[in-house]
Amino acid sequence: MSLQFPFSAIVGQDEMKLALLIAATDASVGGVLVFGDRGTGKSTAVRALAALLPKMRAVVGCAYGCDPTAIDTLCDQCRSACRPGKRGESLESRLVPVPVVDLPLGATEDRVVGALDIERALARGEKAFEPGLLARAHRGFLYIDEVNLLEDHLVDVLLDVAASGENVVEREGLSVRHPARFVLVGSGNPEEGELRPQLLDRFGLSVEVKTPEDLPTRIEVVRRRDDFDRGPQAFAAKWSRKDAALRRKLVEARDRLSDVRVPDAALTRAATLCLSLGTDGLRGELTLVRAARALAAFDGDAQVDDSHLRRVAAPALRHRLRRNPLDDAGSTIRVERAVAELFGS
Amino acid sequence: MSEFAPVAESTWLDASLAAALFLVDPIGTGVALRAAAGPVRDQWLSLVRDSIPAATPWRRLPIHVTDARLLGGLDLTATLNSGKPVVEAGVLAEADAGVLLIAMAERVSSSTAARITAVMDAGGVVRERDGFASRSAARFGVIALDEGADADECPPEGLVDRLAFHVNLEGIALRDAIADFPDAADFAKAREQVAFVEVPDTAVAALCAAALALGISSLRASVQAVRVARANAALEGRTIVGDADAAVAARLVLAPRATRWPPQDQAEDEASNTPEDPGDAEAHGDDGDSAKAPDSSDEIVLDAARAAIPPGILAQLLNGGRLRVRTGKSGKSGALQRSARRGRAVGVRSGTPRSGATLHIVETLRAAAPWQRLRRSVGGSASAARIEVRAEDFRVMRHKHRTETTTIFVVDASGSSALNRLAEAKGAVELLLADCYARRDRVALIAFRGATAELLLPPTRSLVRAKRRLAGLPGGGGTPLACGIDAAVELAATVRRGGRTPIAVLLTDGKANVGRDGIGGRARAEEQAFAAARSARESNLATLLVDTSPQPQPQAVRLAAEMGANYLALPYADAGSLSRAVRDRTADLRRVQ
Repeated sequence: MSLQFPFSAIVGQDEMKLALLIAATDASVGGVLVFGDRGTGKSTAVRALAALLPKMRAVVGCAYGCDPTAIDTLCDQCRSACRPGKRGESLESRLVPVPVVDLPLGATEDRVVGALDIERALARGEKAFEPGLLARAHRGFLYIDEVNLLEDHLVDVLLDVAASGENVVEREGLSVRHPARFVLVGSGNPEEGELRPQLLDRFGLSVEVKTPEDLPTRIEVVRRRDDFDRGPQAFAAKWSRKDAALRRKLVEARDRLSDVRVPDAALTRAATLCLSLGTDGLRGELTLVRAARALAAFDGDAQVDDSHLRRVAAPALRHRLRRNPLDDAGSTIRVERAVAELFGS
Repeated sequence: MSEFAPVAESTWLDASLAAALFLVDPIGTGVALRAAAGPVRDQWLSLVRDSIPAATPWRRLPIHVTDARLLGGLDLTATLNSGKPVVEAGVLAEADAGVLLIAMAERVSSSTAARITAVMDAGGVVRERDGFASRSAARFGVIALDEGADADECPPEGLVDRLAFHVNLEGIALRDAIADFPDAADFAKAREQVAFVEVPDTAVAALCAAALALGISSLRASVQAVRVARANAALEGRTIVGDADAAVAARLVLAPRATRWPPQDQAEDEASNTPEDPGDAEAHGDDGDSAKAPDSSDEIVLDAARAAIPPGILAQLLNGGRLRVRTGKSGKSGALQRSARRGRAVGVRSGTPRSGATLHIVETLRAAAPWQRLRRSVGGSASAARIEVRAEDFRVMRHKHRTETTTIFVVDASGSSALNRLAEAKGAVELLLADCYARRDRVALIAFRGATAELLLPPTRSLVRAKRRLAGLPGGGGTPLACGIDAAVELAATVRRGGRTPIAVLLTDGKANVGRDGIGGRARAEEQAFAAARSARESNLATLLVDTSPQPQPQAVRLAAEMGANYLALPYADAGSLSRAVRDRTADLRRVQ
């Protein structure tokens, strides 16, 4: 709609920016949850990320933007369009922007999962499927602002689809299934309410943002925001080189990702850390290692070491701790304590 | 609920200045207008109304607006007439380039507020509704009319945070509501100029420093202050923001949000220091030019803000208490949930719109749509209707209605038993909160000690807020049991008005020794406690009385009887077993209700 605030112009909030970049480097890390004070640029950062992402190759005319190089994830239509014996490369494709789809509050379920195309039904009496937001978010990001205000039945839908990577629609006599793999990004203010544990668990990384308390940072934030509001074009132009550099770094990181080695020592470290914190299940460990690997790739390092684990430990684990209301220390502090114990300070 | 401070009152002069500056930059500012409906408020609104350009949209948002009207959706009449889907814009999109008036903002639900603020942030409406995806521009100035009767009744914080001016017209008489007001030509000129007004770094720094000194955490306030300073400069015909403009911004934008009294002594020993936290000043003193503002503008700005903090609040600030003008409580939408036919819509089912069920028109049409060709050709009916809807197409709303429960903990924080029991009660509250998301229940906490009872935690589902409030709960003093019960009854009434079911959990040993008036005396205090207990029973408040003394006390047993409460002796309970017991017992109470 309007021009977005440039990602590289966001002052401070390093953990949030890092988490978003890690998720953009390796989608398998599994989404980012940003919780924190009002007016800290949560949604600004997510929307800025959209402009930062390098384009992707998608099949022309496919409603789901299928990846022609990944034959396993093709939708039924693309699969049948493949010539027998040929790979997905035979499909015509072009570069498109990575979708960052907003799930606005007030969205109705039919728009989220997709439903009968009412226009065609009314005008021509045809029964056709109109893909919803989940279809559009395939291979990209699905962003939910005020995620803790999302209605329960939509949360159910999201949980199901995010877990299976596939959206199954059975309504109004339609029976459709299509791939829906997306990175879930949510933001919210903890004062509005808690998040359901199942949904919390779906997010790979969780970040806490706070309003900066020091004057120079605050002045810089206000200054840049004001500059942007007055002349978005000029402001964006001023930052476009930094954004471009960041984009290049992101592309390189993705290329490098599969070559980054994760030594056994790092795996052991991750496992020990999770054990000492008593996180539930294996997802914590897995996310921790993946995030550390993505970070190593982003930093241009050949293998994962303690420094990477240390930096991603808090975002990867803080929302997976069993809540102990009688322990006054927040989960961030508990993670930090465990990290300090394990790695030495 | 005496702890709530009165909201700052502003003078008519400031109120009309806010109106003028809103007119210069409506989209960048916005007004939260606290006033009862009446001639003074009308007077203020007419200042704005009379000065906006002729064709500017002026939309009033009704309180119980549906999503379809708010955001837009399928226009059914037009759709049926034309036989193809027609999308209507919705109030927010209609208000584009104009003014949106939010009526009774204090009762707007937080979900409605979240929709509005999302549109404000994005500058447009993104619709994903009724089978359509569409977007349209929606940049408007917001005036939120807040008719809250007491201090804890205020609009959702997320909304108020985005509005630059917090104007309070309470206490202004109509005869005082006279002030010079610029005319339309001045505004037209200022609107053209405002984008070209320069804001020097010193002004930005001064406003940020003042915000910090006043304990204003949200950065939006500082951003808005800068915009207001610019608007003021434009209105005054200046091309660069000066100290006077920044001072106006501090007075109108920052002062009403102050949460603490700015460090005083620095005002006196001028010239050497910026008026921020002394520690901060030292830490960042050499941090580059942006941080270093000439002291003079800083002082002027902060003085302006300081002068605008009204005296009533001043006293409270000086007493060291943090000011809580806004309690962070969201608007109340409880009345909505009262009817059994209301509640949250969770989808549709097929059925007939009899027995009070609401017909879901879009879903009905959707169900009918695929069959239209068939029906027309088979039936051969030459009916004039463009769409043939049959009984089997009817879809009605499916509502999920459940009464939310608010558990009110009333904790005896008096001398003897206080300290350990209090810790347990805190723990139990937090344990209950931890799993309350799934149950959609709320928890509140009243503590009584010394002379009175205090609402420590207004009904909430937020663990974060609860922990913050619980952290600083002191113990010790006498036992004003009657006050505690009265406070619970009062809160229960509020909860009921909100459409929720209150359950009280009273933790005490039943030994009252302070009366309602805060004066000691066991016999009188006990008599009053029993009287309060009877009134609790009359108000039909479901209560669980947990006897916290080492041996079951006859007073507590009698108190429970007078209250019609369930009695539970739990001499050595820890937080875990306490919360379990409460959960089990309140589950029983809930069934009885």
